Amino acid sequence: MKWVLVVLMVSATVASDVLQSFEMKRSGEQSVGARGLVRLLRLIAQRKFLILAIGCLAVSFFSFMALVQTEPLSFAVPASAASYVFETALARFVLKECVGPRRIVGTLIVLAGVALVGG
Amino acid sequence: MIASEGSLKPRGDHLARTYAVVALFIALKAVGNLALAWGMKHSSEAPSASPLHYLRAMLDPAVALGVALLILSVLTRMALLSMADLSFVLPVTAIGYVLAAFLGKTFLHEAVTAQRWTGTVLIVIGAALVGSTSESTTGQRA
Repeated sequence: MKWVLVVLMVSATVASDVLQSFEMKRSGEQSVGARGLVRLLRLIAQRKFLILAIGCLAVSFFSFMALVQTEPLSFAVPASAASYVFETALARFVLKECVGPRRIVGTLIVLAGVALVGG
Repeated sequence: MIASEGSLKPRGDHLARTYAVVALFIALKAVGNLALAWGMKHSSEAPSASPLHYLRAMLDPAVALGVALLILSVLTRMALLSMADLSFVLPVTAIGYVLAAFLGKTFLHEAVTAQRWTGTVLIVIGAALVGSTSESTTGQRA
């Protein structure tokens, strides 16, 4: 059950972030002022991928909650960081971002750091 | 610096706004988590897996504040993803783990081991390395 929850949590996180990034890039730059946030809420209601992304975020959140009820946080946090690897790969191949060596090395160092923080 | 054309602002300005939103997201998430943890730890109710327990906990002002700040942090991160690459946002916002360790130690008196501090140092180094790359490599700012 533990690994089912990990796979569910990581998959849902990856799907949510990739969908959000894809839609937010298409929507143009958004601001974080009061008006910007209202505009953002309206945008979420209009874009089906953003609604799906929020659904995935909820699945990820509840999988994490279920995981920490049976497993220690020191397992759940580093396990959730596995999403960094998949998201960076999808950012390169699906979102067509330029992921150079410096960004890859930096992300791997962050990944090691997150594993130590949770471990 | 990229010249401004139409609605496109100079790159330095865009970078500054991107980092301002990164800082806002990290602060909202860290303070939101702190308020949530504070409220849950000071809750008079015994821990339970029941969804009703969590709904009742939301009546606590600290928990309600935490939830509100975390919702704002999700919206702020979405705005951030409209400004910067996902592969940039992920490692750079991991600095939040460092702030969480600091706030946990300061306000909740949690033990932060040497291993956790080593991890936070690695996160800072990795985030700084990613932060030295261009924040947006797709579309007009590539």
